[in-house]
Amino acid sequence: MAFLEYAPAPESASILNLKAQYGLFIDGEFVDGGGEVFDTISPATEQVIARIAQADAHDVDRAVAAARRAYETVWSRMSGSDRGKYLFRIARLVQERARELAVAESLDNGKPIRETRDVDVPLVAAWFFYYAGWADKLEYAGVGPNPRALGVAAQVIPWNFPLLMLAWKIAPALAAGNTVVIKPAETTSLTAMLFAEILQQADLPKGVVNIVTGPGATGQALVTHDDVNKVAFTGSTNVGRMIARQVAGTQKRLTLELGGKAANIVFDDAAMDQAVEGIVNGIFFNQGHVCCAGSRLLVQENVHDEVVERLKQRLSTLRLGDPLDKNTDIGAINSAAQLERIRTLSDTGEGEGAERWTADCRIPDKGFWFAPTIFTKVSAAHTIAREEIFGPVLSVLTFRTPAEAIAKANNTPYGLSAGIWTEKGSRMLALVDQLKAGVVWANTFNRFDPASPFGGYKESGYGREGGRHGLAAYLEASGWDAPAGLGSASAPAALVTAPAATKPAAKPAKKSTRKGTAK
Amino acid sequence: MTRLSVPKTYKLAIGGAFPRSESGRTYEVLAADGSFLANAAKASRKDARDAVVAARAAVAKWAGATAYNRGQVIYRIAELLEGRRAQFIDEISRTEGVSAAEASAQVDLAIDVWVWYAGWADKYAQVAGNANPVAGPYFNLSVPEPTGVVAAVAPQGVTGGSLLGIVSVVAPIILTGNTVVVIADERAPLSAISLAEVLATSDVPGGVVNTLTGSPAEIMPWLAAHADVNALDLAGAGGLDGGSGASWVDLQLAAAETLKRVLPPVAGVPRPALERISAFVETKTVWHTKSML
Repeated sequence: MAFLEYAPAPESASILNLKAQYGLFIDGEFVDGGGEVFDTISPATEQVIARIAQADAHDVDRAVAAARRAYETVWSRMSGSDRGKYLFRIARLVQERARELAVAESLDNGKPIRETRDVDVPLVAAWFFYYAGWADKLEYAGVGPNPRALGVAAQVIPWNFPLLMLAWKIAPALAAGNTVVIKPAETTSLTAMLFAEILQQADLPKGVVNIVTGPGATGQALVTHDDVNKVAFTGSTNVGRMIARQVAGTQKRLTLELGGKAANIVFDDAAMDQAVEGIVNGIFFNQGHVCCAGSRLLVQENVHDEVVERLKQRLSTLRLGDPLDKNTDIGAINSAAQLERIRTLSDTGEGEGAERWTADCRIPDKGFWFAPTIFTKVSAAHTIAREEIFGPVLSVLTFRTPAEAIAKANNTPYGLSAGIWTEKGSRMLALVDQLKAGVVWANTFNRFDPASPFGGYKESGYGREGGRHGLAAYLEASGWDAPAGLGSASAPAALVTAPAATKPAAKPAKKSTRKGTAK
Repeated sequence: MTRLSVPKTYKLAIGGAFPRSESGRTYEVLAADGSFLANAAKASRKDARDAVVAARAAVAKWAGATAYNRGQVIYRIAELLEGRRAQFIDEISRTEGVSAAEASAQVDLAIDVWVWYAGWADKYAQVAGNANPVAGPYFNLSVPEPTGVVAAVAPQGVTGGSLLGIVSVVAPIILTGNTVVVIADERAPLSAISLAEVLATSDVPGGVVNTLTGSPAEIMPWLAAHADVNALDLAGAGGLDGGSGASWVDLQLAAAETLKRVLPPVAGVPRPALERISAFVETKTVWHTKSML
């Protein structure tokens, strides 16, 4: 066996006890959907794992009705401490079934078992545990006295962290007292189905969480449904725009977690070993299917060659292959469509004059794969420096001064995250102030925690998930009263059509001309 | 013999200057009894775009000022307003047709609203931000930051609100470091322009508050679709005419194109509230490793 070659060490899939077909989870039961049943496949082998029901508009209607009923008859009447106990139960059940969930997630999504086992699933449990404790402490959430739940939350999540995104959405919604209808991404419904089983084990009252599976059309039926009070979406900026339009003029509250094109800024005084690890983690974690990925490396010019050389060496040691193998660093690309997008954008990068380097690794015969790739000689105008690739592709740009680094980092309509690598604390903090990004990692990257708010500036969306701020997104502020003596004039009613007097728009006021798929 | 008075020419306030509309247009401002008061500038699309440029240019300095400094500057607005009460009482009573006592009460409220918000400037971050106890060796802090340039519609046609309305909209926007392009009450814009003169002498940097007079239904669609505007405050947009494509829902649709933050309309004058500050901030969360000795 040659250096860095490893014997296969696959995690056994025998821990799974999957059904051949999964229904929709509505009102506490698995039921058939009105749409055509579809396959969910392993992107590493292209083999069918299970068949998934597809919810049509009628099913979405049923799910929303179940959520409304559960909200009115059970969940909104339950004490906060009891709601919290259900969430604690769910956290514990996730921990008990952690390995099973990790294997299912790797199988269905294509991400390495090392990540699902050590990152995704532990964070899922942590998210429920964190928000469980909030359920009976809502008056401390910072939105005023007597905060109220919004009602029924419609949630649409992406395929890059299927179960973790589900936890980010469901945990704060339930803690705040809302009920939920959630739609997983079309290619990654499997762990949501296992999660539905967990909800049954937890004896969560029926209808509090409903799961409708299907394509984008199912999600559209959900977010445009008249009887939802809150819409939360994580996915592409184009779909986010469309949803913002569909929600316009209604009383639905909206949070959007959208795309990113994060700058990872490396100064010449950075601790190089840590910086190189951080760059690799920043863009090659989860095959780069991360909205906050550090996809633009901004490296100080005088250390450019050294950093790129070290990166190439490090990438050459990454192992690409079977997601279930415990030694695998880079798993499969989630779908054929996403692989095609990564290929197209990479070809564009080459066509526009950037220099391409790809790690030399064996690509399996079956499945969807893309070897870690670095582009150097990238300019700020290049497509690969502007568009979100959502794959294991790093664009390297250079800068000379901190001011140039700031200008380049902020030169994007996105504003989700950024990274800074420097040993100089005063410079780090000065940069933090200037970067237009919702999350800034200094001398680290891609860290997530339920206590830490996450979300973007500008076209990366609005609202925050995680922490006290994430809870507030599911609460209606009764607000603090205006100070005594600072009351204000009222309007002649005829002059004002305030939202309180406006009926929610039953249909989107304008049809979107943009296309895009949730991711 | 009575003295012949010297009436004021009411102009726009853009970037610390007081230009006429580039379009050369004006419209008549009438008193409650229908008599002529003044020709106000009727701002155009170009004026709105110029105002956004001025507002954007002012962000770095205003957002970069210390919160203590912003608090003092905003408090100074209250001080200067107090000293010019007579002028505001006169303008309010003439445009709204209310008694001097009612106009005086409105000026009192406007001053007190400035004072209330001024005090928030160096406390808001402590209320809205916090340290986050993450599970790992990381320093982790969330702080609110201004979102950038906000376009706002002051309450329109609210009796008791021609000054108080614009103050209640502008104060919470600018106290965290945002800059604003605000469209004054179309029918009673005089006190809004006089307020701009107070701002210009209150150490508020030029461009932080840009005041346009004219038709919100005409100007606001341009601002709602402007890619360099970060957020909309539609406080006074509730009554805008949907037929012209400028209803508040149309404005929200236009805002969706660049995912602007949108605060929906309110009836009357918005009450002073923390939520109005929170609507125009971003939460920035910073992680720093604590494990590299």
